[in-house]
Amino acid sequence: MSTARAPGTRSAATTGTSAKKAATRKRGAKTRRPADRPDTGRGARRTGLLTAMLRIRRFEERCVELYSAAKIRGFVHLYIGEEAVAVGVNEALGPEDAVVSTYREHGHALARGIPAEAVMAEMHGRTTGCSGGRGGSMHLFDASRRFYGGNAIVAGGLPLAAGLALADRMRGQEHVTCCFFGDGAFAEGEFHETANLAALWNLPLLLVCENNLYAMGTGIERHEAQTDLAMRAASYGMVAWAVDGMDVEAVEDAARRATEAVRAGAGPHFLELRTYRFRAHSMYDPDRYRDRTEVEQWKGRDPIGRLTERMRENGELEDAELARIERQVTDEIDRAVDAAAEAPEEPVENLLRHVTSASISSAEVR
Amino acid sequence: MAEFTMPSLGADMDEGTLQEWLVRPGEPVRKGDPVAVVETAKSTIEVECFETGTMGELLVEPGTTVPVGTPLALIEPTGERPEEPEKPRGTEGDETGRPLRPPPPTSAPPEPQRVPVPVPPDAPVHGPTGTGPLLRHLAERSGVDLENLRGSGPGGRVTRSDVEEATAAAGAVAQPSRVRSTPLARRLAAELDVDPATVTGTGRDGAVRAADVRKAARGTATAAPRPRRSAPPVRPAEERGASMRQAIAGLMTRANRDIPHYYLSTTIDMAAAMSWLHEHNRRSAVAERLLPAALLLKAAARAAREVPELNGFWTDDHFTAGDGVHLGVAVSLRGGGLVAPVLHDADTLALPQLMTALKDVVSRARTGRLRGSEVSGSTLTVTNLGDQGVETVFGLIHPPQVALVGFGRISDRPWAVDGLLGVRPVVTATLSADHRATDGAVGARYLTAVERLLQKPEES
Amino acid sequence: MAGDGRPEERGTTYRQAMREALREALRSDDRVFLMGEDVGRYGGCFGVSLGLLEEFGPARVRDTPLSESGFVGAGIGAALAGMRPVVEVMTVNFSLLALDQILNNAATLLHMSGGQLPVPLVIRMTTGAGRQLGAQHSHSLEGWYAHIPGLRVLAPATVEDARHMLAPALADPDPVLIFEHVTLYNASGEIAPSTAPVDLDHAVTRRPGTDISLITYGGSLPKALAAADELATEGIDAEVIDLRTLRPLDDAAVTASVARTHRAVVIDEAWRTGSLAAEISARIAEEAFYELDAPVERVCSAEVPIPYARRLEEAALPQTADIVAAAHRTVG
Repeated sequence: MSTARAPGTRSAATTGTSAKKAATRKRGAKTRRPADRPDTGRGARRTGLLTAMLRIRRFEERCVELYSAAKIRGFVHLYIGEEAVAVGVNEALGPEDAVVSTYREHGHALARGIPAEAVMAEMHGRTTGCSGGRGGSMHLFDASRRFYGGNAIVAGGLPLAAGLALADRMRGQEHVTCCFFGDGAFAEGEFHETANLAALWNLPLLLVCENNLYAMGTGIERHEAQTDLAMRAASYGMVAWAVDGMDVEAVEDAARRATEAVRAGAGPHFLELRTYRFRAHSMYDPDRYRDRTEVEQWKGRDPIGRLTERMRENGELEDAELARIERQVTDEIDRAVDAAAEAPEEPVENLLRHVTSASISSAEVR
Repeated sequence: MAEFTMPSLGADMDEGTLQEWLVRPGEPVRKGDPVAVVETAKSTIEVECFETGTMGELLVEPGTTVPVGTPLALIEPTGERPEEPEKPRGTEGDETGRPLRPPPPTSAPPEPQRVPVPVPPDAPVHGPTGTGPLLRHLAERSGVDLENLRGSGPGGRVTRSDVEEATAAAGAVAQPSRVRSTPLARRLAAELDVDPATVTGTGRDGAVRAADVRKAARGTATAAPRPRRSAPPVRPAEERGASMRQAIAGLMTRANRDIPHYYLSTTIDMAAAMSWLHEHNRRSAVAERLLPAALLLKAAARAAREVPELNGFWTDDHFTAGDGVHLGVAVSLRGGGLVAPVLHDADTLALPQLMTALKDVVSRARTGRLRGSEVSGSTLTVTNLGDQGVETVFGLIHPPQVALVGFGRISDRPWAVDGLLGVRPVVTATLSADHRATDGAVGARYLTAVERLLQKPEES
Repeated sequence: MAGDGRPEERGTTYRQAMREALREALRSDDRVFLMGEDVGRYGGCFGVSLGLLEEFGPARVRDTPLSESGFVGAGIGAALAGMRPVVEVMTVNFSLLALDQILNNAATLLHMSGGQLPVPLVIRMTTGAGRQLGAQHSHSLEGWYAHIPGLRVLAPATVEDARHMLAPALADPDPVLIFEHVTLYNASGEIAPSTAPVDLDHAVTRRPGTDISLITYGGSLPKALAAADELATEGIDAEVIDLRTLRPLDDAAVTASVARTHRAVVIDEAWRTGSLAAEISARIAEEAFYELDAPVERVCSAEVPIPYARRLEEAALPQTADIVAAAHRTVG
């Protein structure tokens, strides 16, 4: 697979030892849906995908506004441009599956079903936030949805994901643990330790690499000796595919096939999703490391635009329906922002809460 | 009304951004004070104003970028520094606050300048002009704050004498060496009423330990109890003793070695003064009552104004008169040693004010809470050993002063008045004076003035 | 036994006691499993887990690759998912490869998630010098971990504590680090029949005394006890406090002892600078200042990477004679 910075093709590429197996699978039976996800027809499914992506996009656009007005602080890493990955992968996961995420995880959290209100409140540092205001943008958690957090250490979530998978495996539960990470994580030892451990122990782990071509400001050809990430993952003896991460349906398709295999006991699977962030690494950076034309070229492959186009071509989306979705999403975000602004802040007396399970008040922790 | 404008802070600076105001309207400013922070293309700089006065209207909001020269604020200039409510006669310092060199001696009594007192705690204080490394070293070693020291040398220069004098005084002010003792021993000493300074320490480097205190407590159990302290004092007075003793020793040795003293004495009838005092106190609330010491000090101060040759400093082989009568009052401390807090312009203080000031400095001297500026700058020192029971005291002059006035006990004595013998309260006043600066006739003039003034207490 | 610790009564060794504790944990709770480098077929680098693989099988006595960050992180993940992993790291020096997981995940997840994600994980590792293992196997870095809020840090110093501290550690809902001093494995002693679980919140007085407090933990405890014996022959009655739990520190026990004796010597095999000994000294100064009748003394390791040569290693470590000398300076 070439490592051209230009957008790839739509089709899922296969790499590694199980290419043949994967190809077989692709031609095989239609993917089975979990019982809780009835097939309501292609149009309705696409509407769902579109709504989920738009929710993330509009949510983050609002974040920019709120950040400029100093309502949100800290490091905020926007996902704009990469929405197809979170939405597509999540489509393949069930409620019992576990998700481990990165610091660029608003999209993963929203796709996972954490209410926009809870995420927005967290970014406002309020008690109603999904981490009680102690996490912020980079540390969104929701134990009830088995969402094990934004981890702000690159590759730091990978060993943890292996452990979640190990526990499920030891207890004979057919859950999948899905771990998101970026191309930058490939340079970290923790990725390689985890890949080895997962393959060695045949763990039910779905490794989802969001390859947006930059580790912060360093282009992939400047931080990886071998830029074909799927091929490298395959060298650990796991199934690995490279997929167009700008096509939500391609992502969903690959993720479904992978999770089914993982669930069936085929061991860890690796997806390299080729994608691109349209905005700076963090909220503002000079973005001197990327060529304007490269950014524009990728923006031309906006996953939301592509899906909208595809639906219109197939007569699955009227203007009025799109306007309705936009309104619905905007209303949802408006409510989230209003609620966050009015939500209480944790009293300072509770500062030392949750340091240990016993620490309820300051007095109990030294 | 003066304008404070955007300064040019470099040849290539065309404009600057006002970042912050460091003063608010109505606050006093002095020439040289930083009043605003300005950001230029290169850096952020605190800029000073060039007027002394009161900050008026601020014309530019922080964050505004304006060309060099744009008025930023108005300053209401004043003739006097705002922190000097009362300005005794004397030469004005220049606007930077540094004292000017004194004018050349003229027919009028020369008046060396001094910095104003009291110095407001937060106001910038006049720097120790011309202090060399030796003085700074001395001051640092002795814990004397040069910034607060009033120089007695030419041009207000701080001299070695000033530092030594302040060091002697600073026994009550600066950081003296302390009795080495463990925290537990210190606590026990307070509880058992044992003075750690009297205990022989057996700990490391002679530190007093708990056992030493207990032993001492057993030994003194029969002795009269000392006044109890409720809590271990941070710095017990007795611990100051050693370093203060050394400082006094140095100063007095120099006084005895360098100053050719002459001594005069006279015994003064205090009948008028005491009867006036008695009447005054009878009419006054307890808090306003006067002690005889107030009358004596006032008389000593007024006499010094009349005989300025005794009120000042001998430095560099010449005499410089004080710019006011700043009376040092020797106060003996309970734990030993003495300190001489200064009553500034004592000759101009009304008796009640003088009494209040005296009580204040004496009590603070005895609790070790004098400020540095309160023990420096005396032009003449008075020692009053009357309360110690002696009749006559001939003291040593505190260099670089040129005289020391002593008062003994006021006691009833047979006294001839107009050919009749009666019993009168009398006091012996003495004068120790520097023969380099004056001769006996001047001293005699002084004591005569004191006697005369004490006969008319109602004019005090 | 190694070092100059006092001879113990014959009976169970520290190693056996620890093994017995693991066996009991594995038997009594299906969620417990042991994971680490060479814990299975090899039987543990220091022989602690010998025989457990045979008894509990490879799923629950799990050999790992040499991936400290990977398997410690996996332990954290498994704990999040409801397991009760016991992760063995060969030595504290190696644990630095997993420091990211221990600090950034284990110690932090509970707080960062607003209380949603406790991490009931136990990490065991050896610490300390005295076996001539050189500078990369001999350091005492438990104080670094005791710096971190969110962790509990234990240092069993006796055979009984080796036997009885694991169960309460596993019962703790939060991450617990257990530091086993390398020279203690061969120490032997009698173990009283299991009574109440060890109280992990409190230090314990190993020897009551009135004249001086020797405050220590872990591998230095036998040395402190030996020093106390020696001091007793001179008529100095030393109290020996075993901290047991290095985080949270039992300040009250330390303060109470100093209030009795008015003198303290802190013995800590870590380097003096920025050490636990420094922390304890500071707390004594803060909380028992007016009880002190002498400056607090510290006996720590020389500020040098622990050398291999026997004489040098011995010279680098706190020894009984150093403790006695420090006590003399304090009492003398």
